[in-house]
Amino acid sequence: MGEASSLFQIKGIRDGLLITLGGGDWPDLVDAFIENIDSRSAFFQGGRVALDVGARDLRVAELSVLRDRLSERGVSLWAVLSESPLTETTAQNLGLATRLAKPRPPQVPEVAQPLPEGTAKWIKGPLRSGGRVAYEGNVIVMGDVNAGAEIVAGGSIIVWGRLRGVVHAGAQGDESAVVCALEMVPTQLRIAGEIAVSPKKPGKSQPEVASLQDGHLTAEPWHKLTGR
Amino acid sequence: MTAKVVTVTSGKGGVGKTTAVANIAVALAARGQKVTCIDGDIGLRNLDVVMGLENRIVYDLVDVIEGRCRLRQAMIRDKRLPELFLIPAAQTRDKTAVSPSDMVRLCDELRPEVDWILVDSPAGIERGFKNSVAPADRVLVMTNPEVSAVRDADRVIGLLEADGKGPAALIINRLDPVMVRRGDMLSVDDVLDLLAIDLIGIVPEDEGVIVAANRGQPLTLDARNKAGLAFQNIARRLLGEQVPLLEFDSPNVLQRLLGRK
Repeated sequence: MGEASSLFQIKGIRDGLLITLGGGDWPDLVDAFIENIDSRSAFFQGGRVALDVGARDLRVAELSVLRDRLSERGVSLWAVLSESPLTETTAQNLGLATRLAKPRPPQVPEVAQPLPEGTAKWIKGPLRSGGRVAYEGNVIVMGDVNAGAEIVAGGSIIVWGRLRGVVHAGAQGDESAVVCALEMVPTQLRIAGEIAVSPKKPGKSQPEVASLQDGHLTAEPWHKLTGR
Repeated sequence: MTAKVVTVTSGKGGVGKTTAVANIAVALAARGQKVTCIDGDIGLRNLDVVMGLENRIVYDLVDVIEGRCRLRQAMIRDKRLPELFLIPAAQTRDKTAVSPSDMVRLCDELRPEVDWILVDSPAGIERGFKNSVAPADRVLVMTNPEVSAVRDADRVIGLLEADGKGPAALIINRLDPVMVRRGDMLSVDDVLDLLAIDLIGIVPEDEGVIVAANRGQPLTLDARNKAGLAFQNIARRLLGEQVPLLEFDSPNVLQRLLGRK
Protein backbone atom coordinates (compact mmCIF):
# COMPACT_ATOMS: atom_id res chain seq x y z
CA MET A 1 0.00 0.00 0.00
CA GLY A 2 2.80 2.35 0.93
CA GLU A 3 4.42 1.85 -2.41
CA ALA A 4 1.20 2.45 -4.26
CA SER A 5 0.44 5.74 -2.52
CA SER A 6 3.77 7.20 -3.62
CA LEU A 7 2.77 6.50 -7.22
CA PHE A 8 -0.62 8.17 -6.95
CA GLN A 9 -2.80 10.08 -4.57
CA ILE A 10 -6.52 9.67 -4.16
CA LYS A 11 -8.66 12.56 -3.05
CA GLY A 12 -12.41 12.83 -2.66
CA ILE A 13 -13.93 15.77 -4.55
CA ARG A 14 -17.45 16.96 -5.27
CA ASP A 15 -17.62 15.05 -8.54
CA GLY A 16 -16.17 11.80 -7.28
CA LEU A 17 -12.51 10.96 -6.87
CA LEU A 18 -9.48 12.89 -8.06
CA ILE A 19 -6.49 10.66 -8.72
CA THR A 20 -3.17 12.44 -9.04
CA LEU A 21 -0.63 10.23 -10.75
CA GLY A 22 3.02 10.61 -9.83
CA GLY A 23 6.06 10.16 -12.04
CA GLY A 24 7.22 6.90 -13.51
CA ASP A 25 6.60 4.66 -16.43
CA TRP A 26 2.96 4.88 -17.66
CA PRO A 27 2.25 1.13 -18.04
CA ASP A 28 3.66 0.43 -14.56
CA LEU A 29 1.67 3.27 -13.12
CA VAL A 30 -1.54 2.03 -14.69
CA ASP A 31 -0.92 -1.50 -13.52
CA ALA A 32 -0.30 -0.32 -9.98
CA PHE A 33 -3.42 1.81 -10.07
CA ILE A 34 -5.60 -1.00 -11.40
CA GLU A 35 -4.15 -3.34 -8.81
CA ASN A 36 -5.07 -0.89 -6.12
CA ILE A 37 -8.62 -0.71 -7.44
CA ASP A 38 -8.89 -4.49 -7.50
CA SER A 39 -7.71 -4.67 -3.91
CA ARG A 40 -10.36 -2.16 -2.84
CA SER A 41 -13.09 -2.84 -5.35
CA ALA A 42 -15.88 -2.11 -2.88
CA PHE A 43 -14.53 1.42 -2.45
CA PHE A 44 -14.13 2.12 -6.16
CA GLN A 45 -17.17 0.27 -7.46
CA GLY A 46 -19.51 2.66 -9.30
CA GLY A 47 -17.19 5.59 -8.68
CA ARG A 48 -16.44 8.53 -10.92
CA VAL A 49 -12.81 9.28 -11.38
CA ALA A 50 -10.92 12.33 -12.57
CA LEU A 51 -7.29 11.77 -13.39
CA ASP A 52 -4.53 14.34 -12.99
CA VAL A 53 -1.60 13.16 -15.13
CA GLY A 54 0.64 16.21 -14.75
CA ALA A 55 2.70 17.14 -17.79
CA ARG A 56 2.62 13.63 -19.22
CA ASP A 57 1.92 13.26 -22.95
CA LEU A 58 -0.78 10.66 -23.51
CA ARG A 59 -2.21 9.38 -26.75
CA VAL A 60 -5.64 8.03 -27.50
CA ALA A 61 -4.50 4.41 -27.31
CA GLU A 62 -3.06 4.85 -23.84
CA LEU A 63 -5.98 6.74 -22.37
CA SER A 64 -8.65 4.59 -23.95
CA VAL A 65 -7.03 1.41 -22.65
CA LEU A 66 -7.04 2.87 -19.17
CA ARG A 67 -10.64 3.97 -19.51
CA ASP A 68 -11.67 0.50 -20.66
CA ARG A 69 -9.82 -1.21 -17.85
CA LEU A 70 -11.49 1.13 -15.39
CA SER A 71 -14.93 0.59 -16.77
CA GLU A 72 -14.44 -3.18 -16.60
CA ARG A 73 -14.13 -2.60 -12.88
CA GLY A 74 -17.23 -0.42 -12.66
CA VAL A 75 -15.26 2.80 -12.42
CA SER A 76 -16.05 5.59 -14.85
CA LEU A 77 -13.34 7.94 -15.99
CA TRP A 78 -14.91 11.32 -16.72
CA ALA A 79 -12.05 13.80 -16.72
CA VAL A 80 -8.35 13.97 -17.43
CA LEU A 81 -6.39 16.98 -16.19
CA SER A 82 -3.05 17.75 -17.71
CA GLU A 83 -0.63 20.54 -18.48
CA SER A 84 0.21 18.81 -21.73
CA PRO A 85 -1.76 20.15 -24.70
CA LEU A 86 -1.44 16.77 -26.41
CA THR A 87 -3.03 14.97 -23.50
CA GLU A 88 -5.78 17.56 -23.28
CA THR A 89 -6.60 17.06 -26.94
CA THR A 90 -6.55 13.32 -26.47
CA ALA A 91 -8.96 13.57 -23.57
CA GLN A 92 -11.27 15.84 -25.52
CA ASN A 93 -11.23 13.44 -28.46
CA LEU A 94 -12.33 10.71 -26.13
CA GLY A 95 -15.17 12.91 -24.87
CA LEU A 96 -13.58 13.40 -21.46
CA ALA A 97 -13.63 16.63 -19.51
CA THR A 98 -10.34 18.46 -19.04
CA ARG A 99 -11.42 20.81 -16.26
CA LEU A 100 -13.04 19.94 -12.97
CA ALA A 101 -15.25 23.00 -13.01
CA LYS A 102 -16.75 21.98 -16.35
CA PRO A 103 -20.19 20.48 -16.25
CA ARG A 104 -20.25 16.75 -16.24
CA PRO A 105 -20.14 15.05 -19.60
CA PRO A 106 -23.58 14.02 -20.75
CA GLN A 107 -24.44 10.66 -19.36
CA VAL A 108 -26.94 8.07 -20.33
CA PRO A 109 -29.92 9.14 -18.23
CA GLU A 110 -30.48 6.75 -15.40
CA VAL A 111 -33.84 5.11 -15.13
CA ALA A 112 -35.94 7.62 -13.29
CA GLN A 113 -36.92 6.84 -9.76
CA PRO A 114 -40.61 6.93 -8.96
CA LEU A 115 -41.28 10.61 -8.52
CA PRO A 116 -41.89 12.00 -5.09
CA GLU A 117 -45.24 13.60 -4.52
CA GLY A 118 -45.61 17.24 -5.30
CA THR A 119 -43.33 17.53 -8.29
CA ALA A 120 -45.88 18.39 -10.93
CA LYS A 121 -46.18 21.26 -13.33
CA TRP A 122 -49.60 22.80 -13.58
CA ILE A 123 -50.60 24.19 -16.98
CA LYS A 124 -53.70 26.26 -17.48
CA GLY A 125 -54.93 25.20 -20.89
CA PRO A 126 -55.62 25.12 -23.66
CA LEU A 127 -52.14 24.25 -24.85
CA ARG A 128 -52.30 25.36 -28.46
CA SER A 129 -50.43 24.37 -31.59
CA GLY A 130 -46.76 25.33 -31.23
CA GLY A 131 -46.93 25.24 -27.45
CA ARG A 132 -44.34 23.01 -25.79
CA VAL A 133 -43.97 21.95 -22.18
CA ALA A 134 -40.96 20.01 -20.98
CA TYR A 135 -40.68 19.11 -17.31
CA GLU A 136 -38.79 16.45 -15.38
CA GLY A 137 -41.74 15.70 -13.12
CA ASN A 138 -45.42 15.12 -13.76
CA VAL A 139 -47.43 17.47 -15.95
CA ILE A 140 -51.07 18.36 -15.45
CA VAL A 141 -52.96 20.33 -18.08
CA MET A 142 -56.26 21.89 -17.18
CA GLY A 143 -57.75 22.16 -20.65
CA ASP A 144 -57.24 20.76 -24.12
CA VAL A 145 -53.89 19.88 -25.64
CA ASN A 146 -54.37 20.74 -29.30
CA ALA A 147 -52.77 19.12 -32.30
CA GLY A 148 -49.36 20.67 -32.88
CA ALA A 149 -48.68 21.04 -29.16
CA GLU A 150 -46.12 18.88 -27.36
CA ILE A 151 -45.59 17.75 -23.78
CA VAL A 152 -42.48 15.94 -22.59
CA ALA A 153 -42.55 14.80 -18.99
CA GLY A 154 -40.19 12.75 -16.87
CA GLY A 155 -43.23 11.43 -15.04
CA SER A 156 -46.88 11.07 -15.91
CA ILE A 157 -49.14 13.38 -17.88
CA ILE A 158 -52.71 14.14 -16.96
CA VAL A 159 -54.88 16.10 -19.36
CA TRP A 160 -58.17 17.34 -18.02
CA GLY A 161 -59.51 17.89 -21.51
CA ARG A 162 -58.96 16.56 -24.99
CA LEU A 163 -55.53 15.26 -25.84
CA ARG A 164 -54.83 15.80 -29.53
CA GLY A 165 -51.14 16.73 -29.56
CA VAL A 166 -47.94 14.77 -29.02
CA VAL A 167 -47.13 13.60 -25.49
CA HIS A 168 -44.14 11.76 -24.08
CA ALA A 169 -44.45 10.46 -20.53
CA GLY A 170 -41.56 8.85 -18.69
CA ALA A 171 -39.21 10.57 -21.10
CA GLN A 172 -36.19 9.51 -19.05
CA GLY A 173 -37.17 5.88 -19.11
CA ASP A 174 -39.75 5.59 -16.36
CA GLU A 175 -41.93 2.76 -17.65
CA SER A 176 -44.43 3.17 -14.85
CA ALA A 177 -45.48 6.59 -16.20
CA VAL A 178 -49.04 6.92 -17.46
CA VAL A 179 -50.97 9.33 -19.65
CA CYS A 180 -54.56 10.16 -18.73
CA ALA A 181 -56.99 12.27 -20.71
CA LEU A 182 -60.70 12.91 -20.77
CA GLU A 183 -60.56 12.26 -24.50
CA MET A 184 -57.56 10.32 -25.76
CA VAL A 185 -56.92 11.18 -29.40
CA PRO A 186 -53.20 12.10 -29.47
CA THR A 187 -51.31 12.62 -32.69
CA GLN A 188 -48.67 10.45 -31.10
CA LEU A 189 -48.26 8.99 -27.63
CA ARG A 190 -44.99 7.88 -26.11
CA ILE A 191 -44.23 6.28 -22.79
CA ALA A 192 -40.53 5.67 -22.03
CA GLY A 193 -39.22 4.16 -25.29
CA GLU A 194 -42.53 3.06 -26.80
CA ILE A 195 -44.40 5.03 -29.44
CA ALA A 196 -48.00 4.65 -30.56
CA VAL A 197 -50.56 6.56 -32.56
CA SER A 198 -54.16 6.55 -31.50
CA PRO A 199 -56.40 4.36 -33.60
CA LYS A 200 -59.44 6.01 -35.12
CA LYS A 201 -62.14 5.15 -32.67
CA PRO A 202 -65.77 5.50 -33.57
CA GLY A 203 -68.36 6.25 -30.98
CA LYS A 204 -68.48 8.26 -27.82
CA SER A 205 -65.27 9.31 -26.22
CA GLN A 206 -64.48 8.47 -22.66
CA PRO A 207 -61.69 9.16 -20.20
CA GLU A 208 -58.79 6.82 -20.77
CA VAL A 209 -55.49 5.87 -19.21
CA ALA A 210 -52.54 4.86 -21.35
CA SER A 211 -49.73 2.84 -19.82
CA LEU A 212 -47.09 0.28 -20.64
CA GLN A 213 -48.25 -3.31 -20.14
CA ASP A 214 -45.50 -5.88 -20.77
CA GLY A 215 -43.71 -3.40 -22.99
CA HIS A 216 -46.80 -2.56 -25.05
CA LEU A 217 -48.63 0.72 -25.00
CA THR A 218 -52.24 0.19 -24.10
CA ALA A 219 -55.09 2.57 -23.46
CA GLU A 220 -57.96 1.53 -21.27
CA PRO A 221 -61.18 3.30 -20.37
CA TRP A 222 -61.05 4.74 -16.91
CA HIS A 223 -64.32 3.16 -15.84
CA LYS A 224 -62.93 -0.31 -16.54
CA LEU A 225 -59.91 0.35 -14.37
CA THR A 226 -61.99 1.57 -11.50
CA GLY A 227 -64.68 -1.06 -11.98
CA ARG A 228 -67.44 1.52 -12.16
CA MET B 1 -61.74 60.69 -32.13
CA THR B 2 -59.62 57.90 -30.85
CA ALA B 3 -59.45 55.10 -33.31
CA LYS B 4 -59.63 51.46 -32.42
CA VAL B 5 -56.95 49.43 -34.17
CA VAL B 6 -58.25 46.10 -35.43
CA THR B 7 -55.88 43.61 -37.05
CA VAL B 8 -57.07 40.70 -39.17
CA THR B 9 -54.66 37.78 -39.21
CA SER B 10 -54.75 34.04 -39.82
CA GLY B 11 -51.42 32.23 -39.91
CA LYS B 12 -52.34 30.41 -43.10
CA GLY B 13 -52.47 32.30 -46.36
CA GLY B 14 -55.42 32.55 -48.68
CA VAL B 15 -58.17 32.30 -46.09
CA GLY B 16 -59.57 35.72 -46.99
CA LYS B 17 -57.94 38.30 -44.73
CA THR B 18 -57.66 40.98 -47.39
CA THR B 19 -61.24 40.50 -48.56
CA ALA B 20 -62.40 40.70 -44.95
CA VAL B 21 -60.49 43.92 -44.26
CA ALA B 22 -61.83 45.57 -47.42
CA ASN B 23 -65.40 44.54 -46.73
CA ILE B 24 -65.46 45.32 -43.03
CA ALA B 25 -63.88 48.70 -43.78
CA VAL B 26 -66.55 49.49 -46.39
CA ALA B 27 -69.30 48.35 -44.03
CA LEU B 28 -67.99 50.57 -41.24
CA ALA B 29 -67.55 53.55 -43.56
CA ALA B 30 -71.06 53.05 -44.93
CA ARG B 31 -72.29 53.46 -41.35
CA GLY B 32 -70.71 56.88 -41.14
CA GLN B 33 -67.48 55.79 -39.47
CA LYS B 34 -64.15 57.24 -40.50
CA VAL B 35 -61.93 54.31 -41.43
CA THR B 36 -58.33 53.83 -42.53
CA CYS B 37 -57.05 50.48 -43.78
CA ILE B 38 -53.36 49.64 -43.61
CA ASP B 39 -51.92 46.92 -45.81
CA GLY B 40 -49.33 45.15 -43.66
CA ASP B 41 -48.24 42.81 -46.42
CA ILE B 42 -45.16 44.68 -47.56
CA GLY B 43 -43.75 43.23 -50.76
CA LEU B 44 -46.96 41.35 -51.62
CA ARG B 45 -49.57 44.04 -51.44
CA ASN B 46 -53.16 43.16 -52.37
CA LEU B 47 -55.52 45.37 -50.45
CA ASP B 48 -55.20 48.20 -52.98
CA VAL B 49 -56.28 45.83 -55.76
CA VAL B 50 -59.25 44.45 -53.86
CA MET B 51 -60.35 48.00 -53.01
CA GLY B 52 -59.80 49.12 -56.60
CA LEU B 53 -57.31 51.84 -55.63
CA GLU B 54 -54.19 50.40 -57.22
CA ASN B 55 -53.75 53.17 -59.80
CA ARG B 56 -53.93 55.95 -57.22
CA ILE B 57 -50.90 54.96 -55.18
CA VAL B 58 -48.24 57.64 -54.96
CA TYR B 59 -46.78 57.10 -51.49
CA ASP B 60 -46.93 54.00 -49.32
CA LEU B 61 -46.49 52.81 -45.75
CA VAL B 62 -42.70 52.58 -45.98
CA ASP B 63 -42.52 56.12 -47.38
CA VAL B 64 -44.34 57.36 -44.28
CA ILE B 65 -42.14 55.39 -41.91
CA GLU B 66 -38.94 56.47 -43.61
CA GLY B 67 -40.07 60.10 -43.67
CA ARG B 68 -40.38 60.60 -47.42
CA CYS B 69 -43.92 61.88 -47.05
CA ARG B 70 -46.44 62.92 -44.45
CA LEU B 71 -49.03 60.45 -43.20
CA ARG B 72 -51.82 62.35 -44.96
CA GLN B 73 -50.10 62.05 -48.31
CA ALA B 74 -50.05 58.24 -48.16
CA MET B 75 -53.75 58.00 -47.30
CA ILE B 76 -55.70 57.22 -50.48
CA ARG B 77 -59.35 58.19 -50.38
CA ASP B 78 -61.84 55.57 -51.55
CA LYS B 79 -63.71 56.16 -54.81
CA ARG B 80 -67.18 55.84 -53.32
CA LEU B 81 -66.89 56.42 -49.59
CA PRO B 82 -65.25 59.73 -48.66
CA GLU B 83 -64.59 58.60 -45.09
CA LEU B 84 -62.62 55.52 -46.13
CA PHE B 85 -58.85 55.60 -46.67
CA LEU B 86 -56.12 53.16 -47.54
CA ILE B 87 -52.46 53.26 -46.64
CA PRO B 88 -50.95 50.82 -49.14
CA ALA B 89 -47.94 48.61 -48.56
CA ALA B 90 -44.72 49.11 -50.48
CA GLN B 91 -44.35 46.57 -53.23
CA THR B 92 -40.62 46.93 -53.84
CA ARG B 93 -39.53 46.32 -50.25
CA ASP B 94 -39.92 43.51 -47.73
CA LYS B 95 -41.24 43.07 -44.20
CA THR B 96 -37.98 44.18 -42.60
CA ALA B 97 -38.53 47.73 -43.89
CA VAL B 98 -40.97 48.18 -40.97
CA SER B 99 -40.62 47.32 -37.29
CA PRO B 100 -43.40 46.68 -34.76
CA SER B 101 -42.60 49.96 -33.02
CA ASP B 102 -42.90 51.82 -36.35
CA MET B 103 -46.41 50.44 -36.68
CA VAL B 104 -47.32 51.45 -33.15
CA ARG B 105 -46.02 54.98 -33.76
CA LEU B 106 -47.83 55.30 -37.08
CA CYS B 107 -51.14 54.10 -35.63
CA ASP B 108 -50.77 56.42 -32.65
CA GLU B 109 -50.33 59.32 -35.04
CA LEU B 110 -53.41 58.23 -36.95
CA ARG B 111 -55.64 57.53 -33.96
CA PRO B 112 -56.93 61.07 -33.38
CA GLU B 113 -57.93 61.38 -37.05
CA VAL B 114 -60.24 58.38 -37.50
CA ASP B 115 -62.64 56.00 -35.76
CA TRP B 116 -61.19 52.73 -37.01
CA ILE B 117 -57.80 51.54 -38.22
CA LEU B 118 -57.98 48.14 -39.89
CA VAL B 119 -54.68 46.35 -40.42
CA ASP B 120 -54.43 43.59 -43.01
CA SER B 121 -51.79 41.18 -41.73
CA PRO B 122 -49.74 39.00 -44.06
CA ALA B 123 -49.84 35.23 -43.68
CA GLY B 124 -47.24 33.63 -41.44
CA ILE B 125 -46.07 34.28 -37.91
CA GLU B 126 -42.91 36.19 -38.67
CA ARG B 127 -42.02 39.86 -38.94
CA GLY B 128 -45.02 40.92 -41.02
CA PHE B 129 -47.40 39.30 -38.55
CA LYS B 130 -45.61 40.90 -35.60
CA ASN B 131 -45.69 44.30 -37.29
CA SER B 132 -49.42 44.04 -37.94
CA VAL B 133 -50.34 42.81 -34.51
CA ALA B 134 -48.16 45.24 -32.52
CA PRO B 135 -50.54 48.25 -32.70
CA ALA B 136 -53.75 46.21 -32.38
CA ASP B 137 -56.38 46.88 -29.74
CA ARG B 138 -58.35 43.97 -31.07
CA VAL B 139 -57.30 41.01 -33.20
CA LEU B 140 -59.61 39.09 -35.48
CA VAL B 141 -58.30 35.66 -36.38
CA MET B 142 -59.60 34.34 -39.65
CA THR B 143 -59.87 30.70 -40.63
CA ASN B 144 -61.56 28.47 -43.16
CA PRO B 145 -63.42 25.37 -42.05
CA GLU B 146 -60.54 23.07 -42.93
CA VAL B 147 -58.07 21.30 -40.70
CA SER B 148 -54.86 23.00 -41.85
CA ALA B 149 -56.28 26.53 -41.56
CA VAL B 150 -57.70 25.76 -38.12
CA ARG B 151 -54.36 24.36 -37.00
CA ASP B 152 -52.60 27.57 -38.06
CA ALA B 153 -55.28 29.70 -36.43
CA ASP B 154 -54.70 27.76 -33.22
CA ARG B 155 -50.99 28.55 -33.39
CA VAL B 156 -51.68 32.24 -34.00
CA ILE B 157 -54.17 32.41 -31.13
CA GLY B 158 -51.53 30.87 -28.89
CA LEU B 159 -48.97 33.47 -29.98
CA LEU B 160 -51.46 36.28 -29.40
CA GLU B 161 -52.28 34.99 -25.94
CA ALA B 162 -48.59 34.74 -25.07
CA ASP B 163 -48.19 38.30 -26.32
CA GLY B 164 -51.03 39.61 -24.19
CA LYS B 165 -53.00 40.51 -27.32
CA GLY B 166 -55.90 38.24 -26.49
CA PRO B 167 -58.68 37.49 -26.38
CA ALA B 168 -58.87 37.30 -30.13
CA ALA B 169 -62.17 36.88 -31.93
CA LEU B 170 -62.73 34.39 -34.72
CA ILE B 171 -64.08 34.81 -38.24
CA ILE B 172 -64.90 31.60 -40.07
CA ASN B 173 -64.75 32.28 -43.79
CA ARG B 174 -65.87 30.29 -46.83
CA LEU B 175 -68.25 28.01 -45.01
CA ASP B 176 -70.19 25.79 -47.38
CA PRO B 177 -73.44 24.77 -45.65
CA VAL B 178 -74.09 22.00 -48.15
CA MET B 179 -70.71 20.39 -47.53
CA VAL B 180 -71.15 20.72 -43.79
CA ARG B 181 -74.54 19.02 -44.03
CA ARG B 182 -72.95 16.19 -46.01
CA GLY B 183 -70.32 15.88 -43.30
CA ASP B 184 -67.53 16.77 -45.72
CA MET B 185 -66.54 20.01 -44.02
CA LEU B 186 -65.83 21.03 -40.46
CA SER B 187 -68.88 22.68 -38.97
CA VAL B 188 -68.86 25.93 -37.03
CA ASP B 189 -69.18 23.92 -33.83
CA ASP B 190 -66.22 21.72 -34.79
CA VAL B 191 -64.03 24.79 -35.33
CA LEU B 192 -65.15 26.50 -32.14
CA ASP B 193 -64.65 23.28 -30.24
CA LEU B 194 -61.04 23.20 -31.39
CA LEU B 195 -60.16 26.83 -31.00
CA ALA B 196 -62.24 27.77 -27.96
CA ILE B 197 -62.47 31.51 -28.63
CA ASP B 198 -65.32 33.93 -29.29
CA LEU B 199 -66.89 33.97 -32.71
CA ILE B 200 -67.45 37.35 -34.34
CA GLY B 201 -68.68 36.20 -37.74
CA ILE B 202 -69.39 33.38 -40.15
CA VAL B 203 -69.00 34.15 -43.84
CA PRO B 204 -70.47 31.70 -46.36
CA GLU B 205 -68.65 30.56 -49.49
CA ASP B 206 -69.71 32.90 -52.27
CA GLU B 207 -68.61 33.24 -55.89
CA GLY B 208 -69.49 36.90 -55.72
CA VAL B 209 -66.44 37.50 -53.52
CA ILE B 210 -64.03 36.57 -56.30
CA VAL B 211 -65.93 38.59 -58.88
CA ALA B 212 -66.02 41.62 -56.61
CA ALA B 213 -62.33 41.37 -55.74
CA ASN B 214 -61.38 41.17 -59.40
CA ARG B 215 -63.43 44.25 -60.15
CA GLY B 216 -62.05 46.10 -57.16
CA GLN B 217 -65.51 46.60 -55.75
CA PRO B 218 -66.11 45.35 -52.21
CA LEU B 219 -69.29 43.32 -52.18
CA THR B 220 -70.58 44.75 -48.94
CA LEU B 221 -72.34 47.41 -50.96
CA ASP B 222 -74.42 44.72 -52.64
CA ALA B 223 -77.24 44.04 -50.20
CA ARG B 224 -78.37 40.79 -51.83
CA ASN B 225 -75.07 39.09 -51.26
CA LYS B 226 -74.88 36.73 -48.26
CA ALA B 227 -71.14 37.04 -47.79
CA GLY B 228 -71.46 40.81 -47.97
CA LEU B 229 -74.20 40.65 -45.37
CA ALA B 230 -71.99 38.55 -43.14
CA PHE B 231 -69.21 41.16 -43.34
CA GLN B 232 -71.71 43.90 -42.55
CA ASN B 233 -72.75 41.95 -39.49
CA ILE B 234 -69.13 41.71 -38.36
CA ALA B 235 -68.82 45.49 -38.72
CA ARG B 236 -71.99 45.98 -36.66
CA ARG B 237 -70.66 43.65 -33.97
CA LEU B 238 -67.41 45.66 -33.87
CA LEU B 239 -69.60 48.72 -33.27
CA GLY B 240 -71.11 46.96 -30.29
CA GLU B 241 -74.44 45.90 -31.77
CA GLN B 242 -75.91 42.55 -30.88
CA VAL B 243 -76.48 40.86 -34.22
CA PRO B 244 -77.55 37.23 -34.43
CA LEU B 245 -75.43 34.95 -36.61
CA LEU B 246 -76.75 34.24 -40.08
CA GLU B 247 -78.56 30.95 -40.49
CA PHE B 248 -77.24 29.09 -43.52
CA ASP B 249 -77.77 25.51 -42.69
CA SER B 250 -81.36 25.38 -41.53
CA PRO B 251 -82.40 21.91 -42.62
CA ASN B 252 -85.27 21.66 -45.05
CA VAL B 253 -88.57 20.10 -44.13
CA LEU B 254 -87.80 16.66 -45.48
CA GLN B 255 -84.51 16.42 -43.61
CA ARG B 256 -86.20 17.62 -40.46
CA LEU B 257 -88.80 14.87 -40.82
CA LEU B 258 -86.05 12.32 -41.28
CA GLY B 259 -84.41 13.65 -38.17
CA ARG B 260 -81.24 14.64 -39.96
CA LYS B 261 -79.44 17.89 -39.50
